[in-house]
Amino acid sequence: MAGSNPNAKPMNLTLKVWRQKNRTTQGQIVDYQVKDISPEMSFLEMLDVLNEDLLRRGDEPVAFDHDCREGICGSCNLFINGRAHGPEAGTTTCQLHMRKFSDGDTITIEPWRASAFPVNKDLSVDRSAFDRIIQAGGYVSVNTGGVPDGNEIPVPKDIADRAFEAATCIGCGACVAACKNASAMLFVSAKVSQLALLPQGKVERKTRVENMVAQMDKEGFGACSNIGSCAAECPVGISLENIAILNREFLSAKATSNNLA
Amino acid sequence: MSWISKTFSSSIGRKIIMSITGLFLCSFLVVHLIGNLQLFKDDGGQAFNVYSHFMGTNPIIRTVEWVLVLGFGFHIYESFVLTRRNKTARGNGYVTDHAEQNSPWQSRNMGLLGTIILIFLLVHLYNFFYRARFGELDPDINNNDDLYTLVATSFKQLWYVILYVAAQVALGYHLVHGFRSAFQTLGLNHRKYTPAIKFVGYAFSVLVAAGFASMPLYFYFFK
Ligand code: HEM
Ligand code: SF4
Ligand code: FES
Repeated sequence: MAGSNPNAKPMNLTLKVWRQKNRTTQGQIVDYQVKDISPEMSFLEMLDVLNEDLLRRGDEPVAFDHDCREGICGSCNLFINGRAHGPEAGTTTCQLHMRKFSDGDTITIEPWRASAFPVNKDLSVDRSAFDRIIQAGGYVSVNTGGVPDGNEIPVPKDIADRAFEAATCIGCGACVAACKNASAMLFVSAKVSQLALLPQGKVERKTRVENMVAQMDKEGFGACSNIGSCAAECPVGISLENIAILNREFLSAKATSNNLA
Repeated sequence: MSWISKTFSSSIGRKIIMSITGLFLCSFLVVHLIGNLQLFKDDGGQAFNVYSHFMGTNPIIRTVEWVLVLGFGFHIYESFVLTRRNKTARGNGYVTDHAEQNSPWQSRNMGLLGTIILIFLLVHLYNFFYRARFGELDPDINNNDDLYTLVATSFKQLWYVILYVAAQVALGYHLVHGFRSAFQTLGLNHRKYTPAIKFVGYAFSVLVAAGFASMPLYFYFFK
């Protein structure tokens, strides 16, 4: 590996991995040994090593979700040693490195657990409930036609910054996974406050929050008890302030929107 | 009117009811604590009995009492609905879960703490409220029902003192999370004020819990 540290000692680890055939079967924890893991590997590369071992032995590899492997797509939903994305704060699983573990460690690896996120197979979960919440209102409608001039709509710098902060949510679902209530409030609040802050979002402001919250409840996510596990485990640091904004947006929309139903 | 019932049966709507009733119950605790401080007056309970006679007969207080019943009723009802819904939302739990590394214990155990408070409340209401309102208490020298003597003798029983003090610890923890949480639920989170809300909530919880716990301890050890 280029730039690798020659002094880094390889590790041997015991993995306790959740194996589940499909949506309808019961899963269970299965123990595996992995050998000669470099501390410079990412957690997912370590799982790749495990899967190559399994393939060589003719066993079925462990299914897990991943895509970008650079912390931006939000796919790598692993619950590691009792924490969403593992022990390190502010990182996704793909950005977690094996140097955070030591030789001889036992590592428990589970999928996100939420009724709204059914397990597809092993560690892979179906997070399409998030997509349906976004479809319910997490967008702005834009007219087609001529391209508008850049900076035609002025946005004050501090508002733009706050909206951008909320927009950094990668939809990974760690907030749901870490929450005792499997609540999706942090995810929903990030999108609602991002768009409520910006002039482009003002048009659909009331229907957006009403529809997104209705969809969130319909998907079977829990309510928020203001525990704070979500923000503590969020890889991009979405703050609880957004949930307060969501509650305000929801209340004022309910009190003033023209929607009587 | 369906938009109103929809609002208050949504997850956020139910939490709004929890927070408003919770803060209302906090205001009740303040009144209840200040009134009960008269137990410490060394007059054989006369002042306390005058106060409890007033509380039991004044028509305004008797009306507000029904608001209090509703406040408790809604708070407890919503707590059951929400706690059940939240349990279902999690589904199968984790084999290994280290939630203690990302959040305080009391915030994850509001249902347990509330249940302890509820059990305490039932015993408390039966022993003091029910007997004062519907039972036969002997009159004191001013011909007021002598609730003071009932309090004093109750708090000479060890199991009673333990129940009371334990319930106050539970109440304290319930409030440490509940007070600040209620403001967050109502959307009142702001970098200028939230630190003050957190501080006041903490001080409030400790004062209220210590204040109520001091009464059984005072009677058990010093009377
Ligand atoms: C004097 C008594 C009580 C006071 C002052 C009180 C106060 C509060 C406050 C301020 C909250 C925060 C609301 C929020 O998060 O927005 C709360 C939450 C809660 N209370 Fe109470 N409470 C009391 C009694 C009870 C009882 C008897 C129960 C249950 C049997 C209960 C169950 C709960 C639960 C489960 C929550 C958390 C709800 C959630 O966030 O999901 N409480 N309480
Ligand atoms: S709020 Fe944070 S934890 Fe939740 S989905 Fe977005 S990035 Fe992931
Ligand atoms: S694989 Fe894309 S964020 Fe981890």
